[in-house]
Amino acid sequence: MKFLKNIFEKQEKHFHKGGKLEKFFPLFEATESFMFTSGKVTSTSSHVRDGMDLKRMMMTVVIALIPAVLMALYNTGLQANLGLQQLGQTTSSHWQAQVIEWLGIGHDPSNILGNMIFGALYFFPVYIVTLAVGGFWEVVFAVIRKHEVAEGFLVTSLLFPLILPPNIPYWQVAIGISFGVVIGKEVFGGVGMNILNPALTARAFLFFAYPAEISGDKVWVAVDGLSQATPLAQYADTAMTVSASWWDAFIGVIPGSMGETSTLACLIGAFILIISKVGSWRIMLGTLIGMGITAFALNLIGSDTNPMFGVTPMWHLVLGGFAFGAVFMATDPVSATMTIEGKFLYGFLIGFFVVLVRVVNPAFPEGMMLAILFMNVFAPIIDKYYINKNIKRRQSRYAS
Amino acid sequence: MIEHYLSLFIKSVFIENMALAFFLGMCTYLAVSKKVETSLGLGVAVIVVQTITVPVNNLLFNLVLKEDALSWAGITGVDLTFLGLITYIGVIAAMVQILEMTLDKYVPSLYNALGIFLPLITVNCAILGGTLFMVERDYTFVESTVYGLGSGTGWALAIVALAGIREKLKYSNIPPGLRGLGITFITVGLMAIAFMLFSGIQL
Repeated sequence: MKFLKNIFEKQEKHFHKGGKLEKFFPLFEATESFMFTSGKVTSTSSHVRDGMDLKRMMMTVVIALIPAVLMALYNTGLQANLGLQQLGQTTSSHWQAQVIEWLGIGHDPSNILGNMIFGALYFFPVYIVTLAVGGFWEVVFAVIRKHEVAEGFLVTSLLFPLILPPNIPYWQVAIGISFGVVIGKEVFGGVGMNILNPALTARAFLFFAYPAEISGDKVWVAVDGLSQATPLAQYADTAMTVSASWWDAFIGVIPGSMGETSTLACLIGAFILIISKVGSWRIMLGTLIGMGITAFALNLIGSDTNPMFGVTPMWHLVLGGFAFGAVFMATDPVSATMTIEGKFLYGFLIGFFVVLVRVVNPAFPEGMMLAILFMNVFAPIIDKYYINKNIKRRQSRYAS
Repeated sequence: MIEHYLSLFIKSVFIENMALAFFLGMCTYLAVSKKVETSLGLGVAVIVVQTITVPVNNLLFNLVLKEDALSWAGITGVDLTFLGLITYIGVIAAMVQILEMTLDKYVPSLYNALGIFLPLITVNCAILGGTLFMVERDYTFVESTVYGLGSGTGWALAIVALAGIREKLKYSNIPPGLRGLGITFITVGLMAIAFMLFSGIQL
């Protein structure tokens, strides 16, 4: 460690004002604070001493995401292997399958490690493309606009692959994350200043620009030619029967976007986020209540033609991206509301709109992504309402 | 019957949002959305104007302008639809004038805040758009009232949301070239993506 520190101290002068590499200071700063804690201290008065800085906060989110990532690896491989078995094939034309052959692992769905390796071969290339392309834009903007390379991108870059289907072409991943980072975040000034969640912006862009690769029945399992609908789509279509049990959906062994299927992994993540106070439990609870009440009300109303009216709150919880969105996306501290009551209202409305879109909008089987983006748009106005209300309440105390 | 009007209302507020699905009324939408209070005032003004003008134009269309509409006066075979645009604009201008005088007398603060944009409601494409949609879709009188209220509400909702975002953006470090209208355009585009939530709902 001493050795590394010496290198950094020696090179530092080149990056400061007047040094020959002055332009690349953000890069140096990012590498240094990645290795060591920043040596910077606040120089003016009135500051809080706390170990909780942006870096630690983002790392907590990354740790909370680990169960979801592990489940993503396992389930992607499992679904692909099951798909191959269902088609009666022993291998597929994907290069991932060739690597598996070469390693001599085989496509056995009951082999947990084999599934994980197979899944990793799908997940990590997407992750690496996201990191490389998104990181490139981060650095470009940091150098030109002279701000720091912020840690927030670590979370965005991990969230984004988790909400993509396994078969997504890599060039689309690159375009999507470029849109998310540049238009969703950097044009507003970078971390902490965006209005919509960058990962969801990126996905929404892909969703509307290239619907063939990110919706429908053919994309959720990494096998060509296999039509495998997500349970949510199966529910919406009267002609199909739901093939998964509730526990399957809870644990996450159902087709879907790579990281969003497992409600169990999301609950573990939620636990970590709540005890470390990084994620807001108010938003999560609000979303849950909103979803529960809306789904229950629609159950009561009922419908003869639309089977989605009959989906119970318990099922809504485990299907699609509800849990993942509620835990990791809705609680994004930048784009969510800040006020206490506002958080409940914001969460409640997300839950409300998710169920509404799932049930009454035939265009999209899943509504979590757009419901969160929609509420992101209204978050500032909700905050403003509650702040003004509070100001009025306090003023009235002093009214004579 | 109530259900039909309710679904028409929801459709005109969210699914066919004047500002974010049709991009109508953009000039005032972009120009008066710097402060929430002002934009709320303008939103209310648009709701009021829209709720009055669409049904009034509906009456005019059905009783005067439509082919054979004058048969109640004994005149048949007359088709005055070519006078449509100028009539609708005239009605809108009159309504805005009345609203302006009312505001000037009773709510001068809002009158001053809206400034030039109040007369500009006259040429707000969202208002004329509402009327033209009403004609195109052959709404009845009650339907057009509901539609006027709904489309106005949707526009007001969109401008208030944009104003909230723009107030928050004051604290952002936007690249100098994009400050002001540039970033507003990008914001409106992103908001329109979020409003796609409702596209495809059949009511």
